[in-house]
Amino acid sequence: MELIEQSLRRAGDMLRTSEVSSVELTEACLRRIESAEPDLHAFLAVSGDLAMQQARRADRAWAAWRRGKVSQQPSPLNGIPLAIKDVLCVAELAATAGSRILENFVPAYDATASARLRAAGAVFLGKTNTDEFAMGSSTENSGFGPTRNPWDPQRVPGGSSGGSAAAVAARMAFGALGTDTGGSVRQPAALCGVVGLKPSYGRISRFGLIAFGSSFDQIGTLTRTAEDAALLLQTLAGPDARDATSVPTPPPDYLGALSQATDLAGLRIGVPEEYFDAGVQPEVETRVRAAIEVLAEFGAEIFPVRLPHTEHALPAYYLIANAEASANLARYDGMRYGQRHSDHNLWETYVNTRSAGFGPEVKRRIMLGTYALAAGYYDDYYLRAQKVRTLVKQDFDTAFEQVDVIAGPTTPTTAFKLGEKTDDPLQMYLSDAFTLSCNLAGLPGLSLPCGLDINGLPIGMQLLGPAFAEQRLLNVAHVFQQATDWQRHAPALEN
Amino acid sequence: MLTTEEVTYMAELARLKLSTRETETFREQLSAVLDYVDCISELDLSAVAPTRSVAPLRSALRADEVRESLPREELLRNAPETEAGCFRVPAILDEG
Repeated sequence: MELIEQSLRRAGDMLRTSEVSSVELTEACLRRIESAEPDLHAFLAVSGDLAMQQARRADRAWAAWRRGKVSQQPSPLNGIPLAIKDVLCVAELAATAGSRILENFVPAYDATASARLRAAGAVFLGKTNTDEFAMGSSTENSGFGPTRNPWDPQRVPGGSSGGSAAAVAARMAFGALGTDTGGSVRQPAALCGVVGLKPSYGRISRFGLIAFGSSFDQIGTLTRTAEDAALLLQTLAGPDARDATSVPTPPPDYLGALSQATDLAGLRIGVPEEYFDAGVQPEVETRVRAAIEVLAEFGAEIFPVRLPHTEHALPAYYLIANAEASANLARYDGMRYGQRHSDHNLWETYVNTRSAGFGPEVKRRIMLGTYALAAGYYDDYYLRAQKVRTLVKQDFDTAFEQVDVIAGPTTPTTAFKLGEKTDDPLQMYLSDAFTLSCNLAGLPGLSLPCGLDINGLPIGMQLLGPAFAEQRLLNVAHVFQQATDWQRHAPALEN
Repeated sequence: MLTTEEVTYMAELARLKLSTRETETFREQLSAVLDYVDCISELDLSAVAPTRSVAPLRSALRADEVRESLPREELLRNAPETEAGCFRVPAILDEG
């Protein structure tokens, strides 16, 4: 098996036993990036020099430990090459958020998530492509051109974390960070055949994440396996004084508990009828139901559940998230950073800067959001949407009294073609129909590959849990991945 | 269906200026989205409290102590225009 086909976990084991060096792993990734990138465009910037520097430092750290010069064993992430979505700040590397308005922005500081990975010794391969300001479901809204799906380059990788999902699927990185506001980690994970984890709101600090919808945004992981996701989550999760919404409780030992997960006896799985409606591609339904049967074979009991406000979740999400976005994106005014298009007065500078710098989807969402908050419309739109949000949360609370996990398809269809939905924003929004409810409720969600359709395109099953049940979702996914091998399927790439 | 004036108003609120073509395209697209989100008006929400926060709200204050932040040069390095260690911006008060 080629180096880049190893899981993150296995690569870490090989580093520990010095079967491989971080320099070798990093060079292998950089070679893959060089050959695949002209077709895929998963990265906005590749940081080869930094990566090699970090790789050498990581190798020295492993060597020092093996020689007994240090007693503390390096992190399992020490020397592992990763990719980071370009909405997260990494000091001294450009952070564009996929937008021309931040084309030349270089942060002087690390996001907390980046800092934790850096302190663990991870290697940063580069920043990955994203829909502009994380607004989108296909990465076609990037101000720098789309990313293509490694399984079929005529198709989208999903979004907004399409670059990160494609990078992991194409074996350009051992794992990647993404962000998920309405499904932007899980949906591209499903379309690219990798594992996408969105932890509970508050589990990972948002400090240094360029904000879209502050009550929804959460950093997530793209990896090949649930075990790899657990490894990343362990380092990323935890309280942070610089994010007042991060929860004070430290994370549990995800990997330790995972190794104990061998069956699902006693686990109650809920299957919502609302997630198997007429819009779901028949093969997606077949594969996901078959995957749920596998879970039953391991001892889980399957029950039907209802999530009656599912159809109202999407409108509520789009009103609240866009309202929050309109506030968050007000800072892009050309004054302190980003593009500035000067004109004879302040108003004109604001308007010209923003009109030139933002793409159409961002403009649409800011306008919708501002409108929803405007005098005369606030009660009908924003306030009503926040009440619907309460009902969506209650649907989950009720369901989780009867079951421990909810399972269903991550997306209604497999990867669609580039350009297929760009003229119809509403059609694009519907691809998040099953993912966005959990962002409204602040709950954790995980997508894992469970099949391929007749065109060889990946299908994802989504697991949802109550607040801070990441461990349970990882355990279920891990058991599934011990029994099946969808995570070992990789797209064919000419080399 | 939104009117052209409503679209221009929305743009103004958001500090955006749209071309005639953009105004028309957005008019159709935003009208479709607003029609769709209107389905929440059919629900009886009189007894429902709005969600204020998904995370438990708690005070996250700290003692008012001076701490190291970033050096000034770092904070200014992305500025479009600087002068005397400050961001240089258009005047906000009309002196004329």
